[in-house]
Amino acid sequence: MSEALGRRGFLGLAGAAGLAATTGCGADGGVAAEPKHGGRLRAVYAGGGAKEVLDPHVQSLFVDIARHKAIYEKLVELGPDLKPVPRLAAKWDHDGTASTWRFTLRDATFHDGAKLVADDVLYTLSRIADPAAPERVAQSSLATLDLKRSKAIGPSTVELVLTQPNAEFPALLAGIGTQIVRNGFKDPSKPVGTGAFRYVSFEAGRSMVATRYADYWDGPARIEELQILSADSEARANAVQGGQAEYANDMTATFARTAEAGKTVRIVAAKASTMQAFVMKVDQPPFDNPDVRLAFKLLADRQRLVDVVLAGRGEVGNDLFGKGYQYYPADLAPRERDVDRAKSLLAKAGLIGREVEIFTADASAGFVEAATLFAEQVAEAGVRLKVTTGSPQTYAKDLLTKGAIGNHRSGAMPIPQYITDRLLSHSPFNVTHWRRPAFDTGFAAARAVTDEAERSRRYGVLQQTLRDEGGILAWGLPDYLVAVSAKVQGVEAAPPNTLDQGRFDKVWLA
Amino acid sequence: MRVYAVQRALLALGQLAVLSVLVFVLTSLLPGDAAELRFSETLTPSQVAALRAELGLDQPPVERFVHWAGNVLSGDLGTSLISGGPVAGIVRNSIGATLVLTLATLAVVVPLAVALGIVMGTRENGRIDRAITSVTLALSAIPDFVIAVVLVAVFSLTLGWLPATWIGSNLLASPALLVLPVAVLFGRTVCLLSRQVRAGTVRALHAEYITQARRLGVPRRQLLLRHVLPNAAVPGVQELARTGDTLLGGVLVVEAIFAIPGFATALVDGVETRDVPVVQGLTLVLAVAALLINLAADLVCNRLVPRSELLR
Repeated sequence: MSEALGRRGFLGLAGAAGLAATTGCGADGGVAAEPKHGGRLRAVYAGGGAKEVLDPHVQSLFVDIARHKAIYEKLVELGPDLKPVPRLAAKWDHDGTASTWRFTLRDATFHDGAKLVADDVLYTLSRIADPAAPERVAQSSLATLDLKRSKAIGPSTVELVLTQPNAEFPALLAGIGTQIVRNGFKDPSKPVGTGAFRYVSFEAGRSMVATRYADYWDGPARIEELQILSADSEARANAVQGGQAEYANDMTATFARTAEAGKTVRIVAAKASTMQAFVMKVDQPPFDNPDVRLAFKLLADRQRLVDVVLAGRGEVGNDLFGKGYQYYPADLAPRERDVDRAKSLLAKAGLIGREVEIFTADASAGFVEAATLFAEQVAEAGVRLKVTTGSPQTYAKDLLTKGAIGNHRSGAMPIPQYITDRLLSHSPFNVTHWRRPAFDTGFAAARAVTDEAERSRRYGVLQQTLRDEGGILAWGLPDYLVAVSAKVQGVEAAPPNTLDQGRFDKVWLA
Repeated sequence: MRVYAVQRALLALGQLAVLSVLVFVLTSLLPGDAAELRFSETLTPSQVAALRAELGLDQPPVERFVHWAGNVLSGDLGTSLISGGPVAGIVRNSIGATLVLTLATLAVVVPLAVALGIVMGTRENGRIDRAITSVTLALSAIPDFVIAVVLVAVFSLTLGWLPATWIGSNLLASPALLVLPVAVLFGRTVCLLSRQVRAGTVRALHAEYITQARRLGVPRRQLLLRHVLPNAAVPGVQELARTGDTLLGGVLVVEAIFAIPGFATALVDGVETRDVPVVQGLTLVLAVAALLINLAADLVCNRLVPRSELLR
């Protein structure tokens, strides 16, 4: 019975989001000459039932993020290369040490007519930090913000003070759950934002309706009405093909093949914009031996994994997160398969003929298939990889403690954020147990460097270490697929969690 | 009769109590809890722990169950751990679609299954009997999600006659939404039901009193409607009461494929997110419905064939 039930596309900071690798410009084939106005766009996302929320500071699902994005905005957004770009903050600068930041607000209005002012920003940040509401997602990422010393410098400038220098601070203000609300905002069920669409109605697990906001600062939307709906993968495919929706998010490679054979639906692919990896715990045998980690990296037949597990829709990975993003070390040689060298490394470690367990689960598309196929590839060197399957719903958490090797996927976020979440001694989601004091201090020092070129160089060195010695075997970079009906124009191929993904203020119906 | 009614009522309450404990225990045995599953990818472990305390999930299970049961006895189904809204509201919001779906299916299945059953029964082992048997058996042998996928591919995506999903539409505006889901559920239930009616018909036709009625020259039509049908219907009605679980399984698949925001979807969501009060509330409602249906079936059978042994 369960085969018919699609799983929820769950996205956290570590969700099935995307990396901006090579984002195409407009993905539209035959672009209509003149954008048309009016009409209704129905966009379908993976549903989350009762989990869906209207409170923008508690978002955790793609569908929540899409809804909040239509109504609310952040100070900063992320570009296709995950670099901060101005939104409600028109510009920013810091005191030279990256400890005190000033953001100049744009001339924008809320849906109730009120002008955006510095106090709205300060109220928003204090609402996010409220210790009585631990479910506010951005609480930990903004923990270094010292609200007591932060203040308004006039109506359209806000000064934010940090407890420690951080050159990446603007990017933190672009993270999930950082939307700006009105000063005094108390009732999430009555959303008032500055976004391109004004709230009409919401039913958790079903739909949200919003209409065009005529005074939107960035040019009013062309469509008159936006509906954001929830449905499982199968139903999303049927809806967009059957004309019940014009936009369907996060589609499978299988569907893309079917759709491309027809004429009614177009696939917009953000190339190589998510990551799939095997993660090895560097403090547990046999992976506490760096030779074994390297051997496993040399054993992966990446192209075959991409061809089989991703149906060819993606690129091979190079054991690092964030290809194509700001700070990704350029000109790294690709990791080639070398079974002989892997064999000699494994022989030296005494692992030939032994059995290692790989812990996987049906938690995300392709996990079990990837683990099974990788087991075949490892077997060529004489090591048996035994595939053990766990509970899909608790896999993300279980993986932190269970299994010496398992599956991991990650979505679009700036590289420093990925490192903060997963690769420092105290990181909450450190799946590889990579805990090295020298790495921690090196990263903290790099993050405080205000010169971008120098900061980038330092990050590059740290990443090189990770690629060669770390526990992340990033084998593939899947495309992120969106399906649109043929009449929809102006949809950009952009990684999830970036500004141009799901920007319904820019689309029109031909 | 009164003694019987009291006995049944007590039995029903006992069954509900046992079921509630069982569902609670089983849901608690699933790995993870509501706070953990909802936020394990977005919040830090300490945030999750704080939420767990806030939701009362750090209380011992027995205490949580007693608290829940106390609320239920005072007529309150409690609040969802996930949405924070009342469970009663979730029941109300999700039951409508499923009820319409189920009733529409029954409205199609019952008359058809009875007619088919009688046709088969009166032509026992004839060509028509075999043909109908083959078709209905084939229908029930195909998994329902396969039927659903094929029907959608043909009638929605290729021909464009019927809506493919319920996404963003409502039943009042387009009743055509019901056609495909009901067709799938029909395929799932028609076989067993018509088999039972057929069996009842065959048994009745072979009975002594029918042979006697024939000898007395009762016209065939009257014979079938007056004497055969009531007896033939008994196993059918009992089967109908038992169809509940078959139907629920089908409804689950149908709701997922057609994106129908119904009861089964809410139940699966509840289990997946470990929203114990919601799972408890929904199963309780389901159990009460099942008990009432069985009671109604017994009463109907008793009317059809007033024999006391049915009620034992």
